[in-house]
Amino acid sequence: MSMLETKGALATAVRELTLAQSIREALAEEMRRDPRVFILGEDIAEAGHPFKVLTGLVDEFGPKRVLDTPISEAGFTGVAVGAAMTGLRPVIDIMFGDFIGLTMDQMVNQAAKIHYMSGGKWKAPLVMRTTLGATRRSAAQHSQSLHAWFCHVPGLKVVMPSTPYDAKGLLKSAIRDDNPVVFFEDKMMYRLKGAVPEEEYTIPLGVADIKREGSDITIIATSSMVQVALGAAALLEESGISAEVVDPRTLWPLDEETLTESARKTSRVIVVDEGYGHYGVTAEIASVIQENCFFDLEAPVKRMGAMHVPIPFSPPLEDATVPTEKTVADAARAMCGAK
Amino acid sequence: MTTAVNPSKADSLTGPELYLHMYRRMMMIRLFEEQVNDLYTRALMPGLAHLYIGEEAVAVGVCEALRPDDYITSTHRGHGHCLAKGASVDLMFAELLGKEAGYCKGKGGSMHIADPATGNLGANAIVAGSTGIATGAAFSAQRLGTGQVAVCFFGEGALGQGVLYEVMNMAALWKLPVIYVCENNMYNEYTHFSETTAGDILARGPAFGVHSEQVDGQDVRAVYAATRKLVERARSGAGPSFLLVNTYRYMGHHVGDVSREYYRSKQEEQQWKTERDPIRLMGEWLTSQSFADRAALDKIYGDVKAEIDSAVQFALAAPYPSPDEVDQDVYA
Repeated sequence: MSMLETKGALATAVRELTLAQSIREALAEEMRRDPRVFILGEDIAEAGHPFKVLTGLVDEFGPKRVLDTPISEAGFTGVAVGAAMTGLRPVIDIMFGDFIGLTMDQMVNQAAKIHYMSGGKWKAPLVMRTTLGATRRSAAQHSQSLHAWFCHVPGLKVVMPSTPYDAKGLLKSAIRDDNPVVFFEDKMMYRLKGAVPEEEYTIPLGVADIKREGSDITIIATSSMVQVALGAAALLEESGISAEVVDPRTLWPLDEETLTESARKTSRVIVVDEGYGHYGVTAEIASVIQENCFFDLEAPVKRMGAMHVPIPFSPPLEDATVPTEKTVADAARAMCGAK
Repeated sequence: MTTAVNPSKADSLTGPELYLHMYRRMMMIRLFEEQVNDLYTRALMPGLAHLYIGEEAVAVGVCEALRPDDYITSTHRGHGHCLAKGASVDLMFAELLGKEAGYCKGKGGSMHIADPATGNLGANAIVAGSTGIATGAAFSAQRLGTGQVAVCFFGEGALGQGVLYEVMNMAALWKLPVIYVCENNMYNEYTHFSETTAGDILARGPAFGVHSEQVDGQDVRAVYAATRKLVERARSGAGPSFLLVNTYRYMGHHVGDVSREYYRSKQEEQQWKTERDPIRLMGEWLTSQSFADRAALDKIYGDVKAEIDSAVQFALAAPYPSPDEVDQDVYA
């Protein structure tokens, strides 16, 4: 179904793809370009993944390159590490980000360290794709945003796309990278549409993007929170506040320069990330801002993330756990109050 | 102990030279480890040292059945595997002492020797941590059609970690050319394996359809013969296998583990050393077959000792890495 949609879209000069389509297209292009690239994970071949992100790939590349695995996250992640070390370029599919706990020894003690521990002799060029994001009514074990865990580990890179355009360009770079890269997709954004050019392109890891220019306050937002920040910026505009929205796009490497330049320009910063705030991504970025431009700031850096609770099932409870356009806009207004 | 191994094509080609080579390799590991013990107790070696003394026939018997480009993964008790696969003693000692000249520029140390040139994917300090890597290497070999085989060395302690069973399941499903070599030295650190291991070790493989065998780990010829069959099996596309090798760790879990009576008796240790020593058994067999006399074996000892002594001097004199090396090689 969606393959036809994709082909239809390809025929037009300026086309819109969903986030899911852009990811699928990135995978397909890289698999055509490089026979070493293959995908492995649960229910990814004929099923095309429960979120249908991979629909149709097995038809083009066959079951050996779109490989269904047992429900053995640690095991197939380990297999991918060994395959990456010995000449292949695996892309691991971890269906829900909540399952990364099962893969941690393979990612943290094996993939992340083999290059360093071997004095630079071995490398593990693999990509782990997985998801984050609450509000899907999936309760505490299918809703977490645990990307900060990987940011803590030297040797890994962490990518957080927020648009179909970014997702495609960043995923292609991640697959070509010689290091283990973890690629987080917001499961609530798979149907989000955006312009994606037909020509091939890549986006380097480690380059932030200013999603909206502004002058009064900077909202640094990641992944799922970029759309929230853009919505908040629109609300703020009605109040006469000009908000700049900056998307780091990759959490490691982190483009500190672009973030601090924006902070200097606006002198007020909110950091919004769907992970937990304590010891998390917002803490790190707030620290970067304050270390680099403390004397340029008019207010303490504000951090907004998931509440420090397991994600609850009941809709009104779950909705209360994550930042929204309104809560971000309210926080920004409070910070700009003296203006 | 006079039962000859089944003569195979390669055996008949190499004959006594192969067996003398195996004897020399075992002696190399033994003297290397004795030297490590000496360096450690003289406070010349930092960190931890998990010695392989007593288990030499396992590494040598398995690795002699491999091609140079076949893969191995190893463990925290890995010096023997690395040497048997072809590592040179000078670069090994240098790594153990944290020197720039070491296999990993001193960044890995005793528990993390890795060397692409000898197919060594790395020694691993998580007991079942390399089972995925070995299985993945076998996956690459199959996918790329290289004919390589991967051997995954692990101790019986790793039978307690679930990732082993996850990858055995996949290896069987996909008929991967991997051999899981379980070295049962009878002790999970300071605990007898019977206290931690339910059921039959050899029954684990068949539960996944993985061909399984066991062999006397003190008999290098038996280990070699068993491994050759499994390697041929793997190369022919028949899939993975599990080789249980029964052996014994003469020393403590690590060099500092000197008071061991609370978990095993001195009599038990002495019995293995006097009755089941793999080097002595091989020496006796070589002389009984007239493949070597005592003088020839003594010469092997002397040659190896000289090589080890020279390597230690090299490593002691080698410089440490420059401090600015610390943040190199984090990313490729």
